[in-house]
Amino acid sequence: MDRRDFLTIGGLGLAGLVLPIQGRAVAAEELLSTLDVSLKKAIADAALEAATKAGASYCDVRVGRYLRQFVLTRENRVENTVNTESTGIGVRVIVNGTWGFAATSDLTKDGAATAAAQAAAIARANSRARTEPVQLAKVKGVGEVAWRTPIRKNAMAVPLKDKAELLLAVNAAALKAGANFVSSNMFAINEQKYFASTDGSYIDQDIHRIWVPFTVTAVDQASGRFRTRDGLSAPMGMGYEYLDGDAPAKFVLPNGVVTYGNSYDMVEDAIAAAQHAREKLKAPSVKPGKYDLVLDPSHLWLTIHESVGHPLELDRVLGYEANFAGTSFATLDKLKSRFRYGSDQVTLFADRIQPHSLGAAEYDDEGVKTQRWDLVKDGILVNYQAIRDQAHIIGAEASHGCCYADSWSSVQFQRMANVSLAPGAGKLGVADLIKDVENGIYIIGDGSFSIDQQRYNAQFGGQLFYEIKDGRITGMIEDVAYQIRTPEFWNSCAAVCDAGDYRFGGSFFDGKGQPSQSSAVSHGSSTARFNGVNVINTARKLG
Amino acid sequence: MSMYNEADARALLDKVVKLSKADECTATLEGSVKGNARFALNNVSTSGIVSDTVLSVRSAYGKRLGTATTNSYDDASLERVVRRAEELAQLAPENPEFMPALETQAYKPSPTFNASVAGITPEYRAKVAADSIAPCRAAKMVAAGFLADGQSFVAIANSKGNFGYQQATSLDYTCTVRTDDERGSGWVGRNVNDAGQLDVAAEVRTAMGKAGRSVDAKALEPGKYTVILEPEAAAGLISFMMRFFDARQADEGRSFLSRKGGGNRLGEQVFDTRVSIHTDPWDPVVPVLPWDGEGLPREKMALVDKGKVANLEYSRYWAKLKDKRAVGSPGNIVMAGGNKSTDELVRGTKKGILVTRTWYIRMVDPQTVLLTGLTRDGTFYVEDGEIRYPVKNFRFNESPVIMLNNVEELGRPVRLGAGGGGGQSSRLLSIPPMKLRDFTFTSISDAV
Repeated sequence: MDRRDFLTIGGLGLAGLVLPIQGRAVAAEELLSTLDVSLKKAIADAALEAATKAGASYCDVRVGRYLRQFVLTRENRVENTVNTESTGIGVRVIVNGTWGFAATSDLTKDGAATAAAQAAAIARANSRARTEPVQLAKVKGVGEVAWRTPIRKNAMAVPLKDKAELLLAVNAAALKAGANFVSSNMFAINEQKYFASTDGSYIDQDIHRIWVPFTVTAVDQASGRFRTRDGLSAPMGMGYEYLDGDAPAKFVLPNGVVTYGNSYDMVEDAIAAAQHAREKLKAPSVKPGKYDLVLDPSHLWLTIHESVGHPLELDRVLGYEANFAGTSFATLDKLKSRFRYGSDQVTLFADRIQPHSLGAAEYDDEGVKTQRWDLVKDGILVNYQAIRDQAHIIGAEASHGCCYADSWSSVQFQRMANVSLAPGAGKLGVADLIKDVENGIYIIGDGSFSIDQQRYNAQFGGQLFYEIKDGRITGMIEDVAYQIRTPEFWNSCAAVCDAGDYRFGGSFFDGKGQPSQSSAVSHGSSTARFNGVNVINTARKLG
Repeated sequence: MSMYNEADARALLDKVVKLSKADECTATLEGSVKGNARFALNNVSTSGIVSDTVLSVRSAYGKRLGTATTNSYDDASLERVVRRAEELAQLAPENPEFMPALETQAYKPSPTFNASVAGITPEYRAKVAADSIAPCRAAKMVAAGFLADGQSFVAIANSKGNFGYQQATSLDYTCTVRTDDERGSGWVGRNVNDAGQLDVAAEVRTAMGKAGRSVDAKALEPGKYTVILEPEAAAGLISFMMRFFDARQADEGRSFLSRKGGGNRLGEQVFDTRVSIHTDPWDPVVPVLPWDGEGLPREKMALVDKGKVANLEYSRYWAKLKDKRAVGSPGNIVMAGGNKSTDELVRGTKKGILVTRTWYIRMVDPQTVLLTGLTRDGTFYVEDGEIRYPVKNFRFNESPVIMLNNVEELGRPVRLGAGGGGGQSSRLLSIPPMKLRDFTFTSISDAV
């Protein structure tokens, strides 16, 4: 990593969240420009030529400009605004069957050629110790192509003042509605990525993402209790239009809670959050035991992320992440034996093509066209997530197109695609799903999450919990967390609502690797029911 | 050049501050050279060296603040970054909690730099990987690990004449060893001041021993157990709790240190009387910079004294509001203990569970600092002072506040890394192994 700084955000809901900030801070107007394509092609060609001359059998070049804007507020004040830009070239080569990588911020043909020669030298040096040569799945060159996230409003073009005013209005609305404290933030990212390879591809992509998390806190000083409620938005592969708050994108749930699809009303959610946080102060504590869980997409995305997305990353399965994130229970023999991952209601697919998703792109960071493929089909494990140098391990001829680097200066590697639960085939709405539940809990919003290093045992909290008795939602409860063993949990899936209820959640800063890189990934689902899940009570008394 | 000496750093920062037209200007120059080697499946997977220097300029007009950053140091770039910070400040809304730049401070240097670490070479990193891999391969085990070393400097200056400069080094090694049949897993992590203190050939034996001994783990019922937490196993929980020693959060009623009816629990007995925790930038084992991110001088300060809350952290703004003295935010956490090693604590245990390491710790309820997470890479049943057999990993749901009221015995503290090792803290730690009663395990994990 050539440039890396960290910003720790205060506030309770985001306590300890460390955000990777790469690049130098820039004035807002600089976030609008893009690098000239012909300049990028000339730089890339210089690197490709130098690598070939240095004996590389393969070379790819990424000329990247990474822009980020963060606005951080609390109650009546803007705590910080950060604009960063990072521009440079990353060159990856294969020499003697071994990878080499070098990066430079010198945006010239000479700079690119020097980096290519360095990468080749590193590859040659490392090849002395290699045991197996790299086997790269074939990719057909696509010539010169371009793709842009289909945004309607470029968040980078919206004045900082408007963003600050929106967040301060959100805070004011929450305080007026009964919150004691509120913090709200906006993160906008634009990746301008130019990819070229010796396969004959020149791919220019302009990718946009946005996230607007907030946390409200309600305090009851007399009892010493406090409760928080986070926003119910999702980070999205969209522009500023996500914040338009279009009515058709609202989902009014059977208990009146409002969640959101592809358009978000942040002020409305903040008001609801303040009311919910106050209600949580008085809600009865859950009785531990087995419950049927009804999980809203604003919650279920995180369970999918942890218990499906990560264990089906092929590099984890093989052991490359053993020292950090861990390995996987879903070993290669389970693919061969057609392991039953879930009930026949469960089809989990990976993709990088769903519109508005965080993973959406036309090509991945090694020039592979993105696609959709099944990981679990009708409950059976059928595939993993693999990139070009892994495809042969699972007998595949092509990569899935899920290679990613978080910067021009980071080496691209296998990252999670969007992983989503397919909606149920039959017509089924949330109210109909709930009416058959005798003893259940309805969970909305993501909360605490923890999972073991092989992705077997997980525990999840949430934002809002409602008791279901004999098909009726009776009221809010508190102190709920559920514990699962991954295959048992997915095998307990009794029903998934239809496509009309399908929504995204996602992770804006998902970490992996040493040194760590972050990526963004969406998880779509409709509301789903899981039978007989173990629920614990998380309330404790201190001395 | 990514490492500036003091004279060069001062000259550059002086130039920056002189360029300022704002009411106040604070400039920070930070540089580092970081090396790493990563290995997995008994092969080196990546290694590299990264150098960088960043200049950050903070300008203020009245209560309006702007920050800009650059890594170009020609005169035009310096002028541009100063003007950009000023432009951002003029556009920013007034911050009602604005605090003026610090007056001149006297920073007492701390021993954060060690030449043996600054001198680490690519050959050294390659040897660490080779020394980790070779014994594992011979024993039909599989090593995956990471070595991260670095040297850095920080220089700060402002328009009121304050200046500070210090260099630092860091060295962190972790290795996970798994049996080739995947039935056993062990781990070792070491964070040291001096490269001479890292004996990789010996360290990897610890991980290999744990991997070998953890094969065929038995399932024990979840419930409350006496546990012996190795320092690394305790560190994630203790450091999580220490994040909530912020006076403002407590005064606002949203911390376990808030008092019912208002105010905070400063001075109250919150932990067992054997629990004492302090911070000290000059601690010879875990030295850290003598100032915090704001440039405020750190001090040696008790946080918990014999179980009583001795001090809370006051930001400059909150200190002014509450008529307290602001002290630099702690860079390290030093917990007192006894003289026994983990092995000696095991020998004195009638029945209990020895935990090598905890993992994926997350907040469940901030009201009580209830945390969940799992044991990993070596969990063993102890009876009559001996490790009897490996047990399957557990998920815990436990509050460190409750934990530190259930102390049976504390051992000899050990240095643990900030960001390295288990990666669960941003502060350097000195934490003892600890024997605790009634630690709450809520389910079993099949993960190895």
